[in-house]
Amino acid sequence: MLRLLINKLAVMIPVFFGVTLVAFGFIRMLPGDPVEVLAGERGLSAEKHAAALAKLGFDRPIWEQYFSYIWDVFHGDFGISIITNRPVLDEFFERFPATVELALCAMIFALIIGLPIGLVAAVKRGSFIDQGLMGISLIGYSMPVFWWGLLLIMTFSSSLGWTPVSGRISFMYEVDHITGFMLIDSLFSDDEGAFKSAISHLILPTIVLGTIPLAVIARQTRSAMLEILSEDYIRTAKAKGLSPFRIVSIHALRNALITVITVIGLMVATLLAGAILTESIFSWPGIGKWVIFSVFSRDYFAIQGALLLIAIIIMIINLMVELTYGIINPKILHK
Amino acid sequence: MNKITNDDQMNEDISQQKDNMDSTISMLRQQFSEFWFYFSENKTAVAGFYFLVFAVFVAIFADLISPYDPAQQFRDFYETPPIWQDGGNIKFLFGTDSLGRDMLSRIIHGTRLSLFAGCIVVVISLSAGISLGLVAGFFKGWTETIIMRIMDTIMAVPGLLMALVFVAVMGPGLRNAMIAIAITYTPAFVRLARASTITEVNKDYVIASKIIGASKFRLMFISILPNCMAPLIVQATMSFSTAILDTAALGFLGMGAQPPKPEWGKLIAENLKEINSAPWTVTIPGIAILTAVLAINLMGDGMRDALDPKMKRS
Repeated sequence: MLRLLINKLAVMIPVFFGVTLVAFGFIRMLPGDPVEVLAGERGLSAEKHAAALAKLGFDRPIWEQYFSYIWDVFHGDFGISIITNRPVLDEFFERFPATVELALCAMIFALIIGLPIGLVAAVKRGSFIDQGLMGISLIGYSMPVFWWGLLLIMTFSSSLGWTPVSGRISFMYEVDHITGFMLIDSLFSDDEGAFKSAISHLILPTIVLGTIPLAVIARQTRSAMLEILSEDYIRTAKAKGLSPFRIVSIHALRNALITVITVIGLMVATLLAGAILTESIFSWPGIGKWVIFSVFSRDYFAIQGALLLIAIIIMIINLMVELTYGIINPKILHK
Repeated sequence: MNKITNDDQMNEDISQQKDNMDSTISMLRQQFSEFWFYFSENKTAVAGFYFLVFAVFVAIFADLISPYDPAQQFRDFYETPPIWQDGGNIKFLFGTDSLGRDMLSRIIHGTRLSLFAGCIVVVISLSAGISLGLVAGFFKGWTETIIMRIMDTIMAVPGLLMALVFVAVMGPGLRNAMIAIAITYTPAFVRLARASTITEVNKDYVIASKIIGASKFRLMFISILPNCMAPLIVQATMSFSTAILDTAALGFLGMGAQPPKPEWGKLIAENLKEINSAPWTVTIPGIAILTAVLAINLMGDGMRDALDPKMKRS
């Protein structure tokens, strides 16, 4: 276990510094210098320009700038947002729970529907059910996320009026931010309808963000199950006269889950990238919408911080997945 | 005397090369017919392939097929619904948008932009991925470590975010969007090419050509590469479909193709304001994206089954 951890860290640390180089480098790659870009078209006087450069540390040698950037990052300083003048770290973690809530719901949605689809398709291999289910999941996999969101808004929000169009909760309710997760916070609030409102706001974004993971999980579960169902121990179980339900749910599924867990782990990056599109369509106040906003308002320090923070979070999650995988499947430890 | 032997040897070399060429061509032909045998068993994959051929045809002959110029405005026909809805006009099969432009013509010209963008992305990332992956797998050591760590860095950030940041630096536009997306796709190709190179590099045929004195370049690109192509081709097909999706996503966010280019994602974004009065201007481009991507994915699935030796029933 420890060896696995050390091996993974040996890869992670260079990648971390690689990402800091990208995050550090991209502001320096902007055409012109960053102060000019920030000042906009009106420009600055020469003295003010020099002062601003010095304040941001852009007048020092490049390696010195990089080391002070790394120093700041290790001390939790990810820069100051140009738009709000607040630390990027605060801005990020203020919005992070919203994205986590949405991503978790999307993942649960994808699992609850994707796993059974994959199972049924594998058991009924080659039948019309299999072909139909796999056809649907391939359509889901090919779906342009932003268009899918618009389509759902058009039908369920605009035409039928079943669900709200945007946001996390109706303006009618005032919910205290305790955990940052709207579902939990609204449950503790005094208003009866707050929780219901939070759920109705969550449904469409969850479906949209969960569609591609759902398709991937269904396809992976099917192929993992097919591989396992042809193993010898399944034949033994059949010969023993166990019920097909028991064979599939106990003997096969448990081993197929190993593959599925890896897929889920790899999906974290997909979810965060999907969140950029989903959140901007549903005005979901999370990281994705904030990144788009920062790109459009040219808040380069916010983009820089977001890039590094998201990469760090993904790396940590990937490490945890690898370790969990090592626990579930001890074979990998002895490789 | 010496010169004559040289000439003789050269002639022999040339004829041998020609023989080699002939045998390579017949081998390729055999490989292809074997591939087609397995591929054509999968009916949906063949359907996807034919749809893609149709789309490529539309893209190439967009100027001839499209009924109107995609930017031409018909001032008497703002927001005409498509032909299957009430109030549809036979002149505009897919209706018109809020500026009175023919949707069908815009979709047809969008096909050209989207397929072209997908192609360029795949060509850039495939060639970069093959070169870097071969070099990494062949030279090993520090070269490999550095290349792979750079690729890990690119993979550490979600593709769309990386592409967004790149476009934010270089400025929005279809060209920069294509480069940005290609960069985010490169690591997958590098990993595949490297993995196959490592398994191939110690095989007898590579060692044999090394002993004959083949140059490193020849070893990498002529001996090893052809035997690594199967997974790369499948990955390229899959990337083609996601490249179309990502280009559309960047276009939708206003970071890809700029107006008046009728790129599919851009079409959806520019008609968003009219989503309630003219919903078809949003739905139709989306259906175009979905069908194109679906067709390519169907084809990719079939290709993977046909090329993957594990799945072969022989």
